[in-house]
Amino acid sequence: MRNYIDEFRDSEVIGKIVQSLQGYSGRRLKIMEVCGTHTMAISRYGLRSLLPPQIELISGPGCPVCVTPTSYIDSATELADNKNVVITTFGDMMRIPGSNSTLIHKKAQGSNVQMVYSPLNAVELARENPDKEVVFLSVGFETTTPVIALSVSKAKSEGITNYSVLTANKTMPEAIKTLSGDSELLIDGFLYPGHVSAIIGTDFFSYVAYNMEKAGVVAGFEPLDILYSIKVLVDNITNGNIVLENMYSRIVSKEGNIKAQQKMYEVFEPVDSVWRGIGMIPKSGLGIVKEYEIFDAAKKFDIKQKDTPEPKGCLCGEVLKGKKRPGDCKLFKKRCTPENPVGSCMVSSEGTCAAYYKYGG
Amino acid sequence: MEKNMITIAHGSGGTATSKLIEQIFKKHFCNDILSQGDDSARLDIGDARNLVFTTDSFVVTPIFFNGGNIGKLAVCGTVNDLATSGAKPLYLSCGFIIEEGFDIEELERIVEAMGATAKECGVKIVTGDTKVVQKGAADKVFINTSGIGILPDGVNISGRNAKVGDKIIISGTIGDHGSSIFLERESIGFNANIKSDCAPLSGMVQDILSVVPEVHVLRDPTRGGVATTLNEIAVQSNVSILIREDSLPVKREVQGVCELLGMDPLYMANEGKMLCFVGEDKADTVLEALRNNKYGKDARIIGEVTEEGQPKVLLKALSGGSRIISVLAGDQLPRIC
Repeated sequence: MRNYIDEFRDSEVIGKIVQSLQGYSGRRLKIMEVCGTHTMAISRYGLRSLLPPQIELISGPGCPVCVTPTSYIDSATELADNKNVVITTFGDMMRIPGSNSTLIHKKAQGSNVQMVYSPLNAVELARENPDKEVVFLSVGFETTTPVIALSVSKAKSEGITNYSVLTANKTMPEAIKTLSGDSELLIDGFLYPGHVSAIIGTDFFSYVAYNMEKAGVVAGFEPLDILYSIKVLVDNITNGNIVLENMYSRIVSKEGNIKAQQKMYEVFEPVDSVWRGIGMIPKSGLGIVKEYEIFDAAKKFDIKQKDTPEPKGCLCGEVLKGKKRPGDCKLFKKRCTPENPVGSCMVSSEGTCAAYYKYGG
Repeated sequence: MEKNMITIAHGSGGTATSKLIEQIFKKHFCNDILSQGDDSARLDIGDARNLVFTTDSFVVTPIFFNGGNIGKLAVCGTVNDLATSGAKPLYLSCGFIIEEGFDIEELERIVEAMGATAKECGVKIVTGDTKVVQKGAADKVFINTSGIGILPDGVNISGRNAKVGDKIIISGTIGDHGSSIFLERESIGFNANIKSDCAPLSGMVQDILSVVPEVHVLRDPTRGGVATTLNEIAVQSNVSILIREDSLPVKREVQGVCELLGMDPLYMANEGKMLCFVGEDKADTVLEALRNNKYGKDARIIGEVTEEGQPKVLLKALSGGSRIISVLAGDQLPRIC
């Protein structure tokens, strides 16, 4: 544990990097941290308060709960009304508001909604309850999707047919391309997510650097990881050195985790996907391949997701794209709080609005 | 959105709980004693002017955990609530709600732990009640304990008494109970040897008061953890508080579990720790008294009261940056990635 936490929280080294960053006096730079865990870490360690005003950190769409559309939650809460169904889900999803309800409210009304820490626990539950249909709410980026794929292939190999997944999985590359090309956003550089990179490797991010001309750094999640990565990014941008650097090489390799990628694409294939607040991004989602379609809850329960408008006044979409900050939203800290979230960014512990609410930005 | 209803968040000890208390219970129970907002109520009844009274219910799952069980918890919780006013606990009541089918041997283990814990802190369980409900109407066993204690003359301890310059002391490592229960409750698939800190603290409080009777605030940071408790005190006393991350005692195992799940030890429940606010000149004396007690050996100063007005809690992070520490909103939910 020591080598993976304490060394990356050394206040003396942090002080030196902060001092160097505070000496930056060039043009204003916009750096997007793509990942929700980075957003939370930046707030938790008060890193934004250590940077000079010319270095602006903006939060991207990297929280899987935040980008899950309202229509998906509506499908999940409707399914929860089915007495024969056990809904299993990651904790964060419990509070996310649909149009009319949340899973936590459905649970309070008597629906069988259970929080699990792994989809493999959901398969276990299906095995133990052969008279029930166990549905896992399948959301997440490349980090979580391989184990969801594993749960599906495990259910198939063990002949468990009362298990299925309702998919809203997303992949990062197409979203990054969309944001890189956004002429209103004008991002100077990206802090790339260490977790996702551990699975997909660094090749795609190199492509963004060299073909789309956006500097990037793959970063870990400790304060020193983040600050040092920002320093490298700022230095590179200042010197016109538009490259990708991997500052999380203790975990992330160039090719990523090949086994995880293979498992993911054995069960899933790219599909068009709606990102809450952003809209449709072609080929940015994952749907279940034909061979595994009996595990697709949407097919099993004939679920057709409807187009659902975002709540009135909610700026989550703009926040997710980094165009607005939580404080710009009139609902923030008023109608929209972590106990009663209006928008998805306030729901997840990794959400931008939740981070700003909890830690003050 | 559908009509308001009770959800699990209302029992978390965070903002949903305090809103429920403010908007429902205090609205209809309003009186001068309840409105003080402390963990126990000081009563003046005729000549008995120093009585302190409190109650608490225990519905923990699982009922047996590493470091204790629901019975030990039920005695410790109420004894500690009395102790936070500086009172010496004297008498407890206990009410059992038991689910049909519950194992009598397990019940005896729970009751035995209650007897042993009560004996350790010199309190007598003098009255009780037992109800059995149909299978499914309760989860194994629920226990309510109420307690009466007596306050020594000259002691005036309350969440309303924090003063600028006070040092804030925690009696030991934080997050042990919450992490232990979390690991036992959920099928996370890994083991960490984290033991609940569940302990009766009345003896430790008496040790403090014997050397520094002028302690300003005592509070056991149970549900909602140290973060929520400090916020409650900041509001009650109308002060700002600053704590330092590098001073917070957190066991390595607890830190590991929290890092892995994206949770914060500052919000994890404790059942054997005490927060103490005391004037700067007395802080070292309190610290020494705590460290001489087996339940306070890891005590340390974690921060101070910085100014009056605008109640808030700030944390000076390891990185040198600072951030606001807010009240727990709902339950802490593990992150998705």
